[in-house]
Amino acid sequence: MSNNNASSSLASAKRAVRQLRLEASVRRIKVSQAAADLRQYCLQNASKDPLLMGVPSSDNPFRPPKSCSLF
Amino acid sequence: SCDFAPSGSFSPFRRLPLPAKRKYMRSPLSPEMATQEVPLNETLAHLKTESETLKLKLEEERAKLHDVELHQVAEKVEGLGQFVMKTRRTLKGHGNKVLCMDWCKDKRRIVSSSQDGKVIVWDAFTTNKEHAVTMPCTWVMACAYAPSGCAVACGGLDNKCSVYPLSLDKNENLAAKKKSVAMHTNYLSACSFTNSDMQILTSSGDGTCALWDVESGQLLQSFHGHAADVLCLDLAPSETGNTFVSGGCDKKANVWDMRSGQCIQSFETHESDINSVRYYPSGDAFASGSDDATCRLYDLRADREVAIYSKESIIFGVSSVDFSLSGRLLFGGYNDYTINVWDVLKGTRVSILFGHENRVSTLRVSPDGTAFCTGSWDHTLRVWILMC
Repeated sequence: MSNNNASSSLASAKRAVRQLRLEASVRRIKVSQAAADLRQYCLQNASKDPLLMGVPSSDNPFRPPKSCSLF
Repeated sequence: SCDFAPSGSFSPFRRLPLPAKRKYMRSPLSPEMATQEVPLNETLAHLKTESETLKLKLEEERAKLHDVELHQVAEKVEGLGQFVMKTRRTLKGHGNKVLCMDWCKDKRRIVSSSQDGKVIVWDAFTTNKEHAVTMPCTWVMACAYAPSGCAVACGGLDNKCSVYPLSLDKNENLAAKKKSVAMHTNYLSACSFTNSDMQILTSSGDGTCALWDVESGQLLQSFHGHAADVLCLDLAPSETGNTFVSGGCDKKANVWDMRSGQCIQSFETHESDINSVRYYPSGDAFASGSDDATCRLYDLRADREVAIYSKESIIFGVSSVDFSLSGRLLFGGYNDYTINVWDVLKGTRVSILFGHENRVSTLRVSPDGTAFCTGSWDHTLRVWILMC
């Protein structure tokens, strides 16, 4: 019994170390670069964003409110 | 039950402690892992020390690159003005709490699921119900529309994900054609089709995510790494490759490689359960919503959290988040019945929306970004647009 517990603790500790080694080896860029790219994407796509800029009523299928119909 | 609990889960089935011997959680060894250059020191004590050292190193490496805050980079960006968003459609028909919804690619149909086991397909333009099916279980926490628009997937306390082909014949009994695809050992919390109708990705209270072949029901890949219930997942936009992000009761958001089953990045900055994760439209980042009342933005290339969306006055958990088309706006559905709209770049709130009469449990922006839909414990769904 104690052998089983010891070996499964060992196995999960090994897994944790392998996983951490993998995560530590990830290539990273500076936040300034990443943030600049996020900003760029937002600005480039802003004009096409209907919830940001709105679209003409005729182009928005939800624009006319649903009205009661009797048929 | 108490509707005003500021933290904690709504379902008595969440956050079950996992059994010590999780036989079903085998961690597959990839070839790369088997041929580590530096051999592992075999003793437990040494492994734990190395674990701590690596965690510190990870923090240090991330901190080195933390040269600026996102909102500083956005200082010169023009601020957003007044936002007036209103409900344009209210979908009534569920007899109990709405738990989940998804849009069809046609931008007009919606599938929703509820606590009483009902799954309904709506035409959101007309508010007509097109299909309805009653699941054999209650708490249908997950539902998803197939990319083709010809089927829906759903599941919950039955621990399964089932696919229902949608028939053109409204009289046909949907339940007769039901196909069981996924089998977990605890509740299904989320599901999503991949790029086609052929594969489904699931997350579960059993602590795992899994990828399934719809036709055969075969398990294609399983994803182990969360230490507690997995509550949500989102697939990366197809252009950015085969990854997805999951969030769980262990407060972690994990990014996974779908082919290898490997967890490639992990983020643990939330202070409570992560109820919702959603990729930024470029695929370079993702947002999360948590019971800690905050939404956060994580950049995948910087490998760290880059923004927190919170206010002292917001004390109730976030159930679901989604971005507007350009990624500039982040919508959060909250347990205090409101929707908060955030300026992603500046970190400020641009609007607070009222309307639901109970918790907002689910929120998705439509495929073309013209509207977003919310589902609530008040039994209704609402479709919102920008009034301008």
